[in-house]
This record gives sequence, C-alpha cells and structure tokens, in this order.
Amino acid sequence: MLRDLFASDFIHNFPLFAIILCLLCAVISFVLQGGGARRLTYILILIGMALNGSVLLHNLITGERFTYMMGHFPAPWGNEIAAGLLEPAFALLFGVVILCSITAGKNRISTDVRADKQHFYYILVDLAQVAMFALCYTNDIFTGYVFIEICTLASCGLLMIRNAGKPLVAATRYMIFNLIGSGMFLMGITMLYGVTGHLLFPQLQQAAASAWNSGAYHGIMILSIGLTVSGLAIKSGLFPFHFWMPDTYGTATPASSAILSGVISKGYIFLLIKIIYRVYGHSVFMETGIQNVLFLFGIAGMIVGSVSAIRAGTITKMTAFSSAAQIGYIFMGIGMGTREAMIAVFFHICAHAITKPVLFLSGGALIDASGGGRDFASLRGAAHRNPAAGLAFLCGSLSMIGFPIFTGFISKLYFALSAFAFPHKSMLVLLALAVSTILNVIYFMYVSVILYTGRPAPGKRVGVCRQKAFATAVFLLILVNVAIGLHSQPLTGLFELGLDLFLQL
Amino acid sequence: MFTSFEDLWVHLADNYIVVVSIILFGVGFTTLLFSRNLLKKVVGLNIMDTGVYLLLVSMGFIDGRHAPIIANGVTDTAHYINPIPSGLVLTGIVVSVSVTAIMLSLIVRLYEKYHSLNLDVIYELRNKEEHV
Repeated sequence: MLRDLFASDFIHNFPLFAIILCLLCAVISFVLQGGGARRLTYILILIGMALNGSVLLHNLITGERFTYMMGHFPAPWGNEIAAGLLEPAFALLFGVVILCSITAGKNRISTDVRADKQHFYYILVDLAQVAMFALCYTNDIFTGYVFIEICTLASCGLLMIRNAGKPLVAATRYMIFNLIGSGMFLMGITMLYGVTGHLLFPQLQQAAASAWNSGAYHGIMILSIGLTVSGLAIKSGLFPFHFWMPDTYGTATPASSAILSGVISKGYIFLLIKIIYRVYGHSVFMETGIQNVLFLFGIAGMIVGSVSAIRAGTITKMTAFSSAAQIGYIFMGIGMGTREAMIAVFFHICAHAITKPVLFLSGGALIDASGGGRDFASLRGAAHRNPAAGLAFLCGSLSMIGFPIFTGFISKLYFALSAFAFPHKSMLVLLALAVSTILNVIYFMYVSVILYTGRPAPGKRVGVCRQKAFATAVFLLILVNVAIGLHSQPLTGLFELGLDLFLQL
Repeated sequence: MFTSFEDLWVHLADNYIVVVSIILFGVGFTTLLFSRNLLKKVVGLNIMDTGVYLLLVSMGFIDGRHAPIIANGVTDTAHYINPIPSGLVLTGIVVSVSVTAIMLSLIVRLYEKYHSLNLDVIYELRNKEEHV
C-alpha cells in the first residue's frame, strides 16, 4: 500500500511544490512578526523535507529518474525539472542543515538582528532554500544562472542583516567575488548557447558532444567550460579565491555562517557537478584538461587552507579557513574524475555540510560564553563554561580530522581508496591527504585542548537546560554524522545508484 | 586558421558584435575586480553584464527578419527572429537590476558608517575599529 503510494506519478509534482512553497512563504513572511516568520520557516522546511523525501523514495522504488515539464512547452523549447536520486537526496540534506542551523542559532539571530527586521532574516532563509532546491532540480542552464543570482542575493542579505561595520565590509567583499563568479558563469553559458542553440541539459549534452567531436569548436568550448567552472569555483571558495571566506564566515551571525558554509557553497558545487556530467559530458570535460587544473588547485587549497587555519588568530577565522581546505578536498575529487572519486566527493559534501555548521554554531556559543572574545586566549576553558558547545565543537573537530566513527573518516577513506584507481597521481593524492590531515589535527586539537584546559577566564556557566534548542539541533547533526560514520554502506549505495541515474540522459 | 593579418581583420569585422561584447565584458570585469571605488565597481558590473547581453541577443538576431511580435496576421516563423535570446536577456536585466540595487544599498550603508567609497580606506578604518 505504502509502496504504491510512493510509486505514484503524482510525486513528480513535488519538486515544483517545494520550490513554490518556499516562494509563497517568503511572500507571506513579509506581513508577519519575527516569531511568526520563524515558525512559518520551520513548517516550510519540514514540508520541504517531506516532499524531497517522498521524491527520493519514489525514485528508489521505481529505479528511474524523471523529468517534469514546466508550463506548456515541451523540450527543447520549454523549461524542465529533473530528479534522479542525488537531486532529492541533496535537497533533503540542505533542508536538514538549514533547519538545524536556524534552530541552534535562534538566540544569536534575536540579538544580532534588530527586532523589527527579524522577519526579513527568515525571508532570506526561505529564498536561500528555494535557490538550493532549484539548483538541485533544474534541468535548464539559464534557470540555474537565475537561481545562482537569487542565492547570491539571499546570502548577501544573510550577511548584511547584522548591522555593524565588519559584517557590512565582509558582505561587500563576498558580493564582489560572487558577482565576478556569476559574470564568468553567464559568459560561459552564453558561449555554450552560441555553439549549441540549446538550454536544456539533455539537448545541450548531445549538441555539445557533436560540437566537440566535429573539432571545429574546441577553442570556444574550452573557453566556455573554463569560464563556467571558474565562475562556480570562485563562488564556492576554491583556492586561490578563498580569501573572502574568513571575513564572511567570521563576522556573520553563526546561523548565517552555518548556512553559507554548510549549504550555499555545496549548492554551487552540486550544480557544477551536474553541469560537468549532464551538460558538457564527462568525456568532453576530461578531454579539455580542465580537470587537471581543478585537481591541482584542490590540492593547493587543502594545504594552503589548513596552513592559513593554523595561522588564524580567532576560532571563527580558523573554522572559515578550514572550510577552504575542505572545499579543496571536493575539487581534488572532481579533478580526479573517476567514479570512486565522485562517490568520495558526494560523501565529503555530505560530511562537510553536516559538520561545519556544528563548528560555527558551537564556536559562536563558546564565544558568547567567553564574553564575546574570539581569540584563543579569551576562549581558554570555554568548554567548562558551556559544556554542550564544547562537546559539540570537539565532535565536529574529530569529524573534520577524519576520526573513525565520524563521516569525515569515511570520506577521507574513500578519497584514499579512489587514489589507487588513479595510477599516475596516486602518490600525490595520498601525500596531500596525509599532510592535510596532520595539519587538521594540529589546529583542531590545539583549539580543543585550549577549550578544555588552562585557567578558565571569568564567565557564567551555561547549562544545557538554558539552551535546549541549540543542544537539540547541534546534537541532531552530530547524531546524523555518527550514524553515517558507523553505517556508511547505505549512503554509498545511494550515491552509486544516484551517479548511474545522473548519467542517464 | 587565418592565412594573413588581413584575413583576421576581415573575420573580426564580420563578427564585430562579438568583438564589442568581449571588449565590454573585459572592461567591466577588470573594473569590478581592480577598481578601489565602490561606485565604479557597480558601473563595471553593469558594463560586464551589458557585454554578455549584447552577445546573447545578437545570437537570436537574423538579418532581414522582424521582432517576434505577430503583426498583420503573419504567423510564419521565417518572418521573425529567434525570441529565446531576447527573453533570456530580459530575465538577465531583471537579475542585474536586483543585484545593482543590493550593491548600492550596501554602498550607502558603508558610506554612512565609514564616510568613504574607497575600499582601501574602508578596510583601514575597519582594521582600526578591530584593534580598538
């Protein structure tokens, strides 16, 4: 009975319902107070999770991906949504992370954002969520561009809503880098449209493969792929374009940092993977040689990000630079391009999306418990003043290091295993993984030791009872992290199956 | 590919819209990246976007045909240009306007706070603020 229900074709409407609902809630939130808008956002995210979960179950049962025609014009003229297994799985993951981020960061949102502007914060969260859903599901490259820009606007709003000097400067820097990325992406897809005359992914892939095989368009195709990939790499913070990260993540309210690092940057990377596999085609992409550039920048990002994190003077900057290093892992995997490496990439996106928000949110709580001091001297003994945040930060650190039982271990293990299927560069990958892991241990363990040792600076002790929402949300993310870390096989199977469906036209 | 400089020149002259688009994109891109004045950055952003829109709209243009609005009952598609790039450009303009509005609002708030439009001055003042 339940199987029949989830096998119904009516579920094909659900991705569109999820997108429309987010937009509707954003409009309704304009007339609500902060609390009302927050509750509406919670309801919206839960409904979005149910809709995305249903699509995931439907596709698991039927074993097929589906396309959904938008409006009255069939392909190749109209607009489409497409869903296999990876699209609803990542949409669901993003929903969970956003929900936990705004729940755990609720108190800081109410202090960082003016009371009469709080509903705007939740409108921006709704818009960020709609952009993420659309980036996951779209089957049209120009729609992808439009939602990239919506995502940029929502992210900038999430940063600048904290009305102080530093967040404003950080938001400006973030906007400039993002607009450069968007401009490059738009130019890239315009060139591709000039060569192919199509916008929908399946038709684009066929036309792009013909254009490439004809040999007449190699120059323009390489330029188009280069611009598109660089645009999304800048927006997701790949080395050497990661210098906006510390200011951005370090000065925003913790919930915004968690959403930006855990969800938004992953949305761009997911779109990039979609474009590589479903627009240019994996074989064309590999023939251009651009994957080697991504591979090298990824490795450089892993090392430079970690070294910068060691040199960072504050906990927020350290966590932000650590994000740059983790983005490096993901791009290294994309650059390797093998099936095993892509499974590791999906795992690492998942691991980073559920771990980094824990670090930003618990870091924010530890700073609050230390009277607002972000430097390591002020944070000495902070885990004794806020035990829940201290434990959460420790768990997040262990996951980032790659400690067994956490998801971070599984993704690093898969990266190492995939290196063996990549014969001529396996030593480089293994060496980069080893060096980066050692550097991760140095800075995360250094901070964890500081948090738990030394003479605690004066400050009030914050018990779990006084921060129920924070503790529930953060420990839910840790629970998911450990669950995946202990039973990674179902998720690996999902990613393998998802990648197969992803490659279907 | 091109046998002589003259050949290249003829090729560029034939594709002058592409050349102008790429020059506009380059001017806008470098202004957005390197200018220290925030207002000039916004101008650069708009020039960059205009370059892309010019390229995009030129792809739909077919010499001798008309704007895709049915007039005098002519429904033959051979009478009209390709409407899709024009539609894309309209969407892109809406996006550009939104982004420009957000950037300008950011600049207004930064100016109110630091009384400067120069990014270097703003960074300097912010760093001083951090050390106080």
